[in-house]
Amino acid sequence: MVGRSRVARGMVGRSRAARGRAGQNRPGWSGAAQVSAGQNRPILSRAARQNRLGLLLLAPSLTGVLLFYKIPFIDVARRSFCDAMGRRFAGLANFRQLADDQAFRLALTNTVRYELVCLPLLLALSLLLALLVWKLGGAHGFCGTAVLPLALPSASMVLVWQIFLCRQGVLDQLLGSVTAQPWERDWVHGPWAFGVLVAAYLWKNTGYDMLLWLSGLRAVPEQLYEAARIDGAGALDRFRYITVPCLKGTARLVLMLSLINSFQVFREAFLLAGSYPDESIYLLWHLFGHWSAAMDVQKMCTAAFLLAAAGAAVQWCCLWGGEKVRGRIEM
Amino acid sequence: MWRKGRCCRGLKKMQRKVFRSAGHCLLAALSLLIQIPVLLLVTASFMPKDELLYRYAQPLGMGAAAVRAALIPTYLTLEGYGQVLLRSRGFFVMFWNTCLQTGLLVLGQMAVGIPGAWAFAQVPFRGRDKLARLYILLMLLPFQVTEVSAYLVLDRLGLLDTHLAVILPGIWSAFPVFIMSRFFQAIPRAMLEAARLDGAGELGVLLKVGIPVGKPGIVTAWMLGFFESWNNIERPLAYIKDPALWPLSLYLSKIRGQQGAAAFAACAIAMVVPVLFYLNGQEELEQGICLDGVKE
Repeated sequence: MVGRSRVARGMVGRSRAARGRAGQNRPGWSGAAQVSAGQNRPILSRAARQNRLGLLLLAPSLTGVLLFYKIPFIDVARRSFCDAMGRRFAGLANFRQLADDQAFRLALTNTVRYELVCLPLLLALSLLLALLVWKLGGAHGFCGTAVLPLALPSASMVLVWQIFLCRQGVLDQLLGSVTAQPWERDWVHGPWAFGVLVAAYLWKNTGYDMLLWLSGLRAVPEQLYEAARIDGAGALDRFRYITVPCLKGTARLVLMLSLINSFQVFREAFLLAGSYPDESIYLLWHLFGHWSAAMDVQKMCTAAFLLAAAGAAVQWCCLWGGEKVRGRIEM
Repeated sequence: MWRKGRCCRGLKKMQRKVFRSAGHCLLAALSLLIQIPVLLLVTASFMPKDELLYRYAQPLGMGAAAVRAALIPTYLTLEGYGQVLLRSRGFFVMFWNTCLQTGLLVLGQMAVGIPGAWAFAQVPFRGRDKLARLYILLMLLPFQVTEVSAYLVLDRLGLLDTHLAVILPGIWSAFPVFIMSRFFQAIPRAMLEAARLDGAGELGVLLKVGIPVGKPGIVTAWMLGFFESWNNIERPLAYIKDPALWPLSLYLSKIRGQQGAAAFAACAIAMVVPVLFYLNGQEELEQGICLDGVKE
């Protein structure tokens, strides 16, 4: 039953869209069709042709997205408002239950804290590096190695991290020789795990983000700087009034990609500390793992719905903020 | 006055020189910071067994002695590689699993993603902005959020516990579409108009201009997709229970303490494939990320 109603809903949605498309009539564009009416083959108007071409090209991608993500998500949303059997409407009971869940609260707080620490740190660090490389006139050797961490599988690197981070590992020894005191700290299993996670994230992503910033910096027209210099603007003024406004678009992109990449740090956390890590790095991903092991579909659906709503809100606020997207979309 | 000016200029020049060399030193230090862990892994993979146990017993999960790190082994040996490649059957199976899953996934991503990205970038069809927003939202959501949705579908299709459970949802990831679309957008209009004037149809423009000119973008999407899939742990963890179908990444996560000294060799082999691709396409990757491969 559930499946049939889901499919039916999808079909209704699609046919409505098709009707909308057919009903669309732009007088400005239909001229072409009228002119060519004398020929045997009816030629579609330019807009209709574009519509058809666009949907045709997008069809393979869109089908999968609808099949694997969009349509089942409707079911996920439905389940998050229903009781455990998925039959009766339960209102907000699931959400209330989730809000009372200690583990969920811990994981949510930790995840939010992690993002709030990591993202500004990464953006600032990579921007500084990009400015340095830019001022030095592109250090190509460095740009080459900067992306290397992206290519290295986390599962391979984890052994090396253990060498650095275990009790009396390289890091302890380095600190010991600097402070002239013996250090015996297990960095992974303890309150310092949070720092380790942040460091792993920075190590992996700073180079990539630096290249993204660099592309933004290179796109700033040189004439602006020339003009400002002639007007007597200092280096700080030029940064404040030319570089920063020109980098707004890039900043949005970097923020978005960094956010996406920040979710992958779960791998490092899982590989280094297992599925029951220290409390400070117990993130939502661990919790989802436990739920999925316990087959707790109800909670997974509710939390997934909440997170998706949060994602949509973030997207709406940060990435567009009411700004109208016209013509060329910023995809 | 004149002398003072020259003096100032000299000082400024020197300042700039100091700044430049300090900057280069910093960058060199940072690239060392990136490379040293890799070097450490590679050299350890060539170390003889006794030395590994002496140096890295604790990271290997075989003792609690302090680490004695070294970048140069006392002598080189292929012992570890021999053990991994010749004497453990599991490794080969998992290596093949990873190759199969990653290869098909990336091929699928390209086949589906290139036309989709072109549509988003160059064809102003109705509803484009709305769909683009859907794709971006999909990209922003972490795997765990979409995990349940895909799980429900895979379950219904009876694909759980097969290679396809990892491959199929990955093919329709929105990320490669986004990356390539960003690149296709940067293709200069004049170039496309010229191709159209020469009589190329819309598909012809994509095949003859879009793909060649957008190559750095395509290579970037390809490589990032490849790294991501090669590295993926959460998806197989969620959808594959049968260890015979596990990819290498899951196998490596359990290797500590089991394989003993050969763990380093196994990790190094798992690293070789993506690093080779990286070295091969480094230039394009850099261009693709920087979006500066498109030039008239």
